[in-house]
Amino acid sequence: MSEQVIEMTSRPGVQADELPLNLKIGMAVVIAWVLLAVLAPWVTPADPNALDLDNVLQPPGAAGLMGTDQVGRDVFTRVVFAARIDLWIGFAGVVLPLLIGVTAGLFSGYFGGAADALLMRVVDITLAFPFFVLVLAIVAALGPGVGNLIIALALVGWVSYARLVRAEVMVIRNAEYIQAVRTLGFNRFYILFRHVMPNAMAPVIVYAMTDMLLVILAGAGLGFIGLGVQPPTAEWGAMIADGQPYIEEAWWISLFPGLAAISFGIGLSLIGDGLARMLRVSN
Amino acid sequence: MTRAYWLLQRLTQLLPVLLGISVICFALLQMIPGDPARIILGSRASPEAVAAMRDRLGLDQPALQQYLTYMSKVIRGDFGESISYKVPVSKLILEHAPVTGFLAVYVIALAVPIALILGMLAARYRGTWVDHLIRMLSVLGMTMPVFWLAILMLRLFSIDLGWFPVSGYGQGFLGHLHHLFLPAVSISIWMIPVLVRNLRASIVQQSVADYVLAGRAKGLTERHIFTHHILKNASLPTLNLFGVLVAYLIGGTVIVELVYALPGLGLLMFNAILGRDYPIIQGLTLFYALATVVITLVTDILSGLIDPRVKA
Repeated sequence: MSEQVIEMTSRPGVQADELPLNLKIGMAVVIAWVLLAVLAPWVTPADPNALDLDNVLQPPGAAGLMGTDQVGRDVFTRVVFAARIDLWIGFAGVVLPLLIGVTAGLFSGYFGGAADALLMRVVDITLAFPFFVLVLAIVAALGPGVGNLIIALALVGWVSYARLVRAEVMVIRNAEYIQAVRTLGFNRFYILFRHVMPNAMAPVIVYAMTDMLLVILAGAGLGFIGLGVQPPTAEWGAMIADGQPYIEEAWWISLFPGLAAISFGIGLSLIGDGLARMLRVSN
Repeated sequence: MTRAYWLLQRLTQLLPVLLGISVICFALLQMIPGDPARIILGSRASPEAVAAMRDRLGLDQPALQQYLTYMSKVIRGDFGESISYKVPVSKLILEHAPVTGFLAVYVIALAVPIALILGMLAARYRGTWVDHLIRMLSVLGMTMPVFWLAILMLRLFSIDLGWFPVSGYGQGFLGHLHHLFLPAVSISIWMIPVLVRNLRASIVQQSVADYVLAGRAKGLTERHIFTHHILKNASLPTLNLFGVLVAYLIGGTVIVELVYALPGLGLLMFNAILGRDYPIIQGLTLFYALATVVITLVTDILSGLIDPRVKA
């Protein structure tokens, strides 16, 4: 592990102390959220689903850092536990489409032919739908729940990765170093995964950060509509919806889950900008 | 190559996309786990009622046959019939579309001028505090859940200050403008940053082009170079981006209509999902996709008209 780090950091341009500032801050924010989510039961004062009907709609202060909701649940505790669901949606909703899309884009861009033409049509067709509407319609058909939401995100999201990787591969496959390894007689799958893929990944990684922001917002949107995680489990979007009828007397129920989503989103956005600068990719 | 030929080519490229859209919308009904008729009617429905519903939805026919029936109906403008409202889906869509259309145009009218100004400011003063401030506000705007912002603005401007109505569409053009102001602002705050970012990037990219140097050598003022040359060249990528953004704009309207109880397509979609009215969900998804395709086509044609290089 430490050897790997030394090798990484000794490469010119990627010195650890030269990491862009926004990347460092972004990583700190995201890591803090991951830790909060993992350690949720130990850093929160209450049970996220415990009702306390003597303490409903209490403002932030004595009754808790972020107050209590309409059935007396502690808002701070629920915001932290909700991170487990929202971060999971963000992670799975990006990694699955990324894996499918990168694989499809690699083969399509490198080998071309009829499969490539077909893939590009599928990409065009999927991108013709508004992202949120198609995800919404698929979840409406499959039924509510986080699992179905992630399936819908994978079905819709992979095309962007496929298009991105394909465009990169089309350029790389004609590069001199690829011609060189081809002349040396290496297996074409070896060339594809060992030489083409690593060079095609930079824009994918940068895009994945922006995509995760979109995915988390879409996930929270579906939670808000009631198609995401089912009650009483806490999720930022669903919590905002819970607070909507009480917005007049208890603004804190909706405010804090939104701030949580914003802070995590800012972290992702900073990482995206920092990576774009470090990897010299236009974002 | 003539302009008419270019247009014709662009239109024929659309055919496979339209076909694919219809396949996906058709497949939505096939994705429902279990028997859609049973899910629509609920577990207490009689076997006869379920059989009648299966017959009505054509579920007993082979999938290909079902698709061809669906396709031939859609071509004739028949999007099926709503189960709960018992009227054609196309009629419901036409009834609800004006609200969403008004909202979308409103968002564009608000967002584009502001984005132009902010994008130009950020590019002109890049590296200064103006640029940094605009960038920070952009990040904030992009990360805010649009429905969260909508609820908070509702509380502040409608309930506390009483400036705007809490919900509804209003009467007459001015009434619509008044009622839809907060919904339009909610979506704009999300959309402006994306436009600003791209406009700034393309202005910065254009400002190092050779023609800028040539203009300076010719003794043109910086102001003239910026307004007559850089801005014109930078507007094209932004126009293209706009086509892409429309898809996101439509997605944004769905959820904002829900918060402000606007009787648009988004609310129709939401109620259909609650009532498991699959023909409406299917018809609306198709309509949303067709609308996006048409708008993208129009922006394509517009940029073709503006930029003589596109049709070459």
